[in-house]
Amino acid sequence: MKRRSFVKKVTLSSFATLIGAEIVFGSNIMEGYIPLALQDPDPFKMFNKNKEMIVLNDKPWNIEAQAHLLDDKITPNSCMFIRNNGLVPENIDAKKWVLKIDGESVVKEKTYTLSELKSKFKHYTYQLTIECGGNGRSEFNPPAKGNQWTVGAVHCASWTGVRLKDVLEDAGIKKDAVYIGYHAADIHLSRDPKHEPISRGCPMSKALQDETLIAFQMNGEDIPFIHGYPLRLVAGGWPASVSGKWVNRISIRNKIHDGPKMTGDAYRVPCKPVAPGEKVKDEDMCIIESMPVKSLITYPKSGAIINKGKALNIRGHAWAGELEVAKMEYSIDYGSTWNACVIEKPTNRLAWQHFTASIKFPDTGYYEVWAKATDTNGIAQPMLLPGWNPKGYLNNACHRIAIKVK
Amino acid sequence: MSEELDFHNQVKKIYRFLLLLFSLFVITGGLIVYYMVNPNFLNLKKAPEVAVAVEELDPDRIENGIHVSTGFVDAEGLMTVIRNCTGCHSSKLILQNRMNVERWNTTIKWMQETQNLPDLGKNQEIIVNYLATNYPPIDKGRRDILTNIDWYELKD
Ligand code: HEC
Repeated sequence: MKRRSFVKKVTLSSFATLIGAEIVFGSNIMEGYIPLALQDPDPFKMFNKNKEMIVLNDKPWNIEAQAHLLDDKITPNSCMFIRNNGLVPENIDAKKWVLKIDGESVVKEKTYTLSELKSKFKHYTYQLTIECGGNGRSEFNPPAKGNQWTVGAVHCASWTGVRLKDVLEDAGIKKDAVYIGYHAADIHLSRDPKHEPISRGCPMSKALQDETLIAFQMNGEDIPFIHGYPLRLVAGGWPASVSGKWVNRISIRNKIHDGPKMTGDAYRVPCKPVAPGEKVKDEDMCIIESMPVKSLITYPKSGAIINKGKALNIRGHAWAGELEVAKMEYSIDYGSTWNACVIEKPTNRLAWQHFTASIKFPDTGYYEVWAKATDTNGIAQPMLLPGWNPKGYLNNACHRIAIKVK
Repeated sequence: MSEELDFHNQVKKIYRFLLLLFSLFVITGGLIVYYMVNPNFLNLKKAPEVAVAVEELDPDRIENGIHVSTGFVDAEGLMTVIRNCTGCHSSKLILQNRMNVERWNTTIKWMQETQNLPDLGKNQEIIVNYLATNYPPIDKGRRDILTNIDWYELKD
C-alpha cells in the first residue's frame, strides 16, 4: 500500500513538471488520493453504523449495539452488531461469485453463479433473530475468553434469498448426510491462505428448515458488505456463527462438520454443568444448537428520570431460539413480584416478538425494571448468571434498566 | 600562429559553455528527483503540521502509565507483548480479557494449535507474567450492580 501511494505521488508530481503546472501543489492534490487503508479508518462511516455503536475490537472488526439502539421492530443495518473472526474479504466481484455445493454426501457436486441461484430457485423473505453465542459474555465470573459482548450482539433483520434446502436438493443429498459446513471468502488473521478464520455449520434437520436461507438481500437491499455481501447463510435462532458471511461453498458432510471453530471449546458448552472456572475436557464439550429464551428492554434507555405519578411505557423484544416466547413479565422490585407485559406473536417463525408494558411506580426513588421472558416449554430467563462455561456463551440473564422517580 | 590561437580560444569557449549547460542540467535534474522523493520540500506553509503529525504517530509514546498506541499498561514485558501479540489482531482483543497464569497459557496454546501462532520460546513466560500481573481476573460475583448510568430527564 505504502509503495503504491509513493508511486502515485511521483507520477502525479512529475506529470505536473512536464506540463509546467504549479508543482508546488503537487503534494496537496495527492491528499485526496491516499488509499483509505492508510488513513485512520472510521468504522462508523465505513460500515454505515450508528455513532453510539461500541467498537470492541478493530482488528478483526467486532462492534456491538446498545439496548436502546435496537428499538426498531426490524433492525436497520446502522444498529446491527458486527462479529468477525478474521479479516474481511478483499476484491469481491459479485459477477464472478459462485456457490459450490460439495462434500462426502452430495450426489453431484454443483456450482451456481449468483444469477443462477436467483433465477433457478424460488425467493423467500423472513425476519430472523440472529444472536452471537457470546452475547452477554462480559458478565461471566471468572471472566470468559473472547470479545466481551454486553447485550448488543443480537439483531432481527429481514432476509431474502433462496432456501438452502432447495439448493441442496438440486445437487442431491445422499442418505448418509448428517451436517452441512460452510466455507467463505474471509481471510485468516495470520493471512495464511491455508487457514480459514471460521467454517461452521448445522445438522441436516436445521439445514432443511424452510427459514434457513442462502440470502442475497437484507432489509430489501443487497446485503451490506460487512454483513456478508454477496451471499450469506442465515439460520435464525442458532448462534450467529452458523450464519456464515461471504459464503462461497457449502459441504454436505457425512459426519459432524469439523471446520475451524466447530471443535475445542468454540461455540460449545460443557455437556454437564460445571463449577465456575472449572477445567473442561474437549470431549466433554457439546455444540450449541438453539439459543435460549431472552429479552431486551429497548425503550426507554437506561437512566431515565420521570416525575412521580407518571406512567412509564416500556417496550422491547423477546426471542427463544427455535421456540416462541409464551409469556413476558417485568418486575420493579428485584423479582419479588412480576407483572405481565403485552407480547405480540412473531411475524414469522424465528423472528423476535415485541412487548410493551405501562408501569406505575409507588413512590419516588431509585428503581430497576427487570424483564423476563418464558418460552413455550415453560423455561424462563434466570435473574442471575446461568451456568458458567469456559467461553462464556448463552448468558440469557434478565435485562434491566435503571429509573429514577422524582 | 594567431589563427591557431583563435581556434584554441574558440574550443575553450565552447567547452566552457557545454560545461555550464551540463552542470545546469545536473542541478535541475537533481532538484526534480529530490522533489519527486520529497514533494513537501517546497511546501513551506505545511512544514509545522507535518512535525506535529510525526509526534502523534510515535509508536512508543507512554502517557500516564499507558502505552498510547496499544492501550497496554507500561510494565515489565510490555515490548515483548507488543512484538509478539499485536501482529494478527489488535491489542483491543487482549485488553478485553482477564485471566490467571494458567488460562493465559491455555489461550496461547490454543492459538498455537489452531491459529498459526509460532512457538514463543523464553518470551512466553515474560508475556504471561506481564498479562497475569496486569490483567488478572476481577471478581464480579453472580450479577454485578448497574454502573455508569447516564441519567437524563425522560420527555414524552
Ligand atoms: C498468528 C496470529 C496470532 C498471534 C500472533 C496472536 N494471536 Fe491471539 N488470536 C488469534 C486468532 C485468530 C484469534 C481468534 C480471533 C477471533 O475469533 O476473533 C485470537 C484470539 C485471542 C484472544 C481471545 C481468545 C478467545 O478465546 O477468543 C486472546 C486473549 C489473544 N488472542 C491473545 C493473544 C496474545 C496474548 C498473543 C501474544 C502471545 C496473541 N494473541 C498473538 C491469532 C493470533
